Amino acid sequence: MSATPPLPRWADLFLLPALNLLAAFFVCGLIVLAIGENPITALGVMLKGAFIFPGSLGYTLYYTTNFIFTGLAVAVAFHAMMFNIGGEGQAYIGGLGAGLVSLWLAQYMPSLIVLPLAVIGAALFGAAWGIVPGYLQAKRGSHIVITTIMFNFIAASLMVWLLAGPLIEPGQMSPQTPKFDAAGQLPSVQAILGAVGIKVANSPLNLSFLIALAALFGFWVLIWRTRLGYEIRTVGQNPEAARYAGINVPRVVIITLAISGALAGLMATNEILGVQHRVVLNFTAGYGFTGIAVALMGRNHPIGIFLASLLFGALYQGGAELDFEFQSITREMVLLIQGMIILFSGALAYMFNPPVARLLARFAAKREAAHV
Amino acid sequence: MAGVADGTNGAGKPPPAIELRGVSKAFGLVQANKNIDLVVEPGTVHGIIGENGAGKSTLMNILYGLHRADSGEMIINGAATPIHSSADAIACGIGMVHQHFMLVPNFSVLENVMLGSEGGMLLAEGREETLATLKKLADEYGMTVEPDALAGDLPVGLQQRVEIIKALKGGAKILILDEPTGVLTPQEAVSLFKILDTLKADGVTILLITHKLEEIMAATDTVSIMRQGEMVGHRATAETDPEELAELMVGRKVLLRVDRGTSAPGDVKLKVEGLGCTSPERGRLISDIAFEVRGGEILGVAGIAGNGQSELLEALAGMRPPDEGSIQILGQSITADGHTDPQTMRGVGLAHIPEDRHKFGLVLGFEARENAILGYHYAAQTGTGRLINTGAVTTHCQGLMQAHDVRPDNPHLTAKNFSGGNQQKLVIARELDASPQVLIVGQPTRGVDIGAIEFIHKELIALRDQGAAILLVSVELEEVLGLADRIMVMNNGQQVGIIDRAEADEQTLGLMMAGIAPGEAA
Repeated sequence: MSATPPLPRWADLFLLPALNLLAAFFVCGLIVLAIGENPITALGVMLKGAFIFPGSLGYTLYYTTNFIFTGLAVAVAFHAMMFNIGGEGQAYIGGLGAGLVSLWLAQYMPSLIVLPLAVIGAALFGAAWGIVPGYLQAKRGSHIVITTIMFNFIAASLMVWLLAGPLIEPGQMSPQTPKFDAAGQLPSVQAILGAVGIKVANSPLNLSFLIALAALFGFWVLIWRTRLGYEIRTVGQNPEAARYAGINVPRVVIITLAISGALAGLMATNEILGVQHRVVLNFTAGYGFTGIAVALMGRNHPIGIFLASLLFGALYQGGAELDFEFQSITREMVLLIQGMIILFSGALAYMFNPPVARLLARFAAKREAAHV
Repeated sequence: MAGVADGTNGAGKPPPAIELRGVSKAFGLVQANKNIDLVVEPGTVHGIIGENGAGKSTLMNILYGLHRADSGEMIINGAATPIHSSADAIACGIGMVHQHFMLVPNFSVLENVMLGSEGGMLLAEGREETLATLKKLADEYGMTVEPDALAGDLPVGLQQRVEIIKALKGGAKILILDEPTGVLTPQEAVSLFKILDTLKADGVTILLITHKLEEIMAATDTVSIMRQGEMVGHRATAETDPEELAELMVGRKVLLRVDRGTSAPGDVKLKVEGLGCTSPERGRLISDIAFEVRGGEILGVAGIAGNGQSELLEALAGMRPPDEGSIQILGQSITADGHTDPQTMRGVGLAHIPEDRHKFGLVLGFEARENAILGYHYAAQTGTGRLINTGAVTTHCQGLMQAHDVRPDNPHLTAKNFSGGNQQKLVIARELDASPQVLIVGQPTRGVDIGAIEFIHKELIALRDQGAAILLVSVELEEVLGLADRIMVMNNGQQVGIIDRAEADEQTLGLMMAGIAPGEAA
C-alpha cells in the first residue's frame, strides 16, 4: 500500500511539469552564477534569442518541428508500454526514404507529386526500421529497448556506407548525396509568405511544420478515437486484459512500432526535404533521443508534446544565442543546461510527486474540514 | 467482553493481550481506520470481520508495525507499547501470517524458518537452533513439517503451517492470521483450526481476520465487526448469529443465500469432450475434461484454487488453445480447425466473466465507459469503420450502469476508483449485455462485499432462468452449493466427477477436491 495519495489530474498535467522546469532553471541559474554571470540576464538573452530577434521564432519552430515528430514517435510506443529508443535510427533511415524519392523523381516530376511521395517514403522507411524490432519483441521476445538501440547503430553504419559510397555526390569528397532538384524540396515558410507578400526574416522553418501539426492531431484521433488506438492503449495498460478481449497482442505491438517508426521517419521531412535538400551525415543530431524527454514531459498527449517541443525548440535556439552573447558561456555550457532540463523533466519527472500530492491532500482535507 | 478462556487468572484477571484505544489512520483523504477501540483477552481466538476495504488489514498492519497510526494508543499485555516496525512487534511477542505467503519457494523449510535469525556468520549455529525450535513446535502443537523439503513443493496447507511456525519461532504469544483459509480445502481448514485450538490452550492469543461468516462462527470466542474504517460492534460469538454479523458488516439486512428456484434444463448449449491443454513451461494443465451444460442450467466447478479451473476457463474462452478434445457451442464445433480466439467465442454467443477482474476483466487505468466495450470494441454500436463513437460508448455505459446497479454511475470515472463489488458489477454488466447463450464465470464474487454478492447471484440466476447455459467456477464451496444445479469437481487438472446438487454436501465435495471420487472413499 503506497502512502502517496493520488495527484489531481490538473496538477499532474500542469503543476508538476512547471515545478520540474522551475527546479531545472534554478539549478542552471546556480551554475551560471558560479561561472560569474547574472542568471537573470542570461535568461533574458535566451528568451530574446528564442522568440524576439528577427528570424529567431522561425528557428525555434524549426527545432520544435523535429521534436514534435520524435516526441510523438516515443509517445505512441509508450501508449503500448513499449520503450522505443530507436527514434534516432528510424529518423535517419526515414531520411534515406525521403532522399531516395526526391533524388530519383524530382528530375522527372512536379513537386506536387514528388513531395507527397517523398513524405510517404520517409514514413515508410522509418516504419520499416521500427517494424523489425517490433516483430522481434512481439514474436521472439527480444527486448525492444535493446533491439532499438542496436538498430540505431546499424542505421548509422548503413548511412555512412551509403553516403560515402553508392549515394555520394560524384566528384565530391564530403559524404552526402547530390542536392535534390527544386521539385524535391519542401518550400520554406519564408518563401510561401513572400509569395503572398508577407515579409519575414530568414529561417529554416518550412512546410513540414504543418505536417507536424497534422501529425499531432492525427495522433490524438488515433489514440483516443479509433479502435486501433483503443487496442494500443489496452495492450499498454493491461496485456492480459487485451488477450481476454481477443486483441491480437503481437500484431498490435508490431503495428504500434510501425507507426512509431513512421513518425520518427517523418522528422526527415523537416531536415532533409525542408532544410538540407540532400541527405547528409548525422542530420538526426540527437533529436531522436530528446524525443524521449519530450514525450515524458508532454505526458504522451499531443498538447503536452507540442508545448514540450516548443520548450526544447526554444532552448536549442535560445541556447545558441547564449553561446553567442556571453564569453564565458560556451556551447558545452548550453548543452549542460539542456541536459539539466532533460534530467529534471524526464528522468526525475516524478520527483516532486509525493510532496506535492501530500500537500494538496492536506489542503483538500483542510478545505473539507472548514466546510463541515 | 468474553471471559478469559484458560484458568490461569488465580490472582486476579490478567490484563488484556491487546488493547487499542482510539487508533486512527488515514491514507491521504481516505480514512482507513477511524478511532478504533479493541480489547482482546489473552488466550482467546478473536475474529475480526468486515468487507473488503473495511480497514481490517490496515488495523492489523498497524498492530504489526507495518503502518504507523496517526493517533491512538496500543497497549500490549498491559503495557503501553509504541510499535514502529515489525521488529518492535516481534519483540512484543506478536507474529503475523499474511494472506499471501512470504516463503522463498526454492529454500527448504528449515532455511525459510531460519530467515531473520540466521545466527552468526556461519549458518550452522542458527541451523541447530532452528531445528530445535521446529522439533519443539512439532511436539507441542502437532505442527510437523519435513525440515528439508523445499517450501515450493509443499501443499498449500503445509506452506501455511511453515508460515505459522515462522511467526511462532520467536516465542510469539499473539498470532495474527490474515484470511488464512482462502487457499485451503475444507479439510485443511479443519486441521488449521485444530492447531489454533492447541495454540489457544497453550495461552496464545489469536486474531483471525476473515470475511467468512462460517469461520467466525466455528473458530472464534469473540468477534469484532468493522465497516468503512470503523468498529461497529463487538460480540461474544456464542451470542450472535451469521445474520446479525452480516447485517453489521453491510449496514442493512442481507440475504445470505439467494433463492435458487427451480431450473428447467433445455437443449445442450455447451458440450466439451476430452479437452486437454499443455503449456511448454508447466506441462500438462488439464486433461480429459468432458461435460455438457444445458440451457437453463448452472454447472458448478468446485476445486481448490490451482487445480486446472483457470485453465479450463481460459480454454473455453478461447484464450488458451486446447491441444486435444473439442468444444461445441450451440451444436457448432469451435475447435474443428484447431484454432480458437476470444473474438470467435464471443461471436458464437459465449460471454466470459473472468476469474480475476484486475488481471483480465478490466483495464484499471481506463474510464468505466472504455471498460464497458472491452472485447466488444469492434461491435457495430461502438462506432463506424475504424473510429470509435465516444458519445455512443458513454451512453451505452450509462445504460449498463443503471441496469446493473453500478455505483457511482459515472461512465467517466476510472475503473480503479470503483469498489471491488462495483468493478465486478461493471464486468458482469458488460458480459450480460451481450445476451449470451453460454456464460462462463470464474469466481464471480471474489473480493466482493456481501451486499454485491447477493445482487450478483440474483443476476446469474436470472440469466439461467432466461435459458442461458452457465458454467460457474468458484473456490467458495458455499457459492457453488448455493447456485449450481450440478457440480463438477476438479483435482490436478482432471475432473474427479460430476454430481447432482442434491447429492452434494461439503463432506463429499471436500473428498472429491482431494482427488477421491465418490464411491472410492469407503
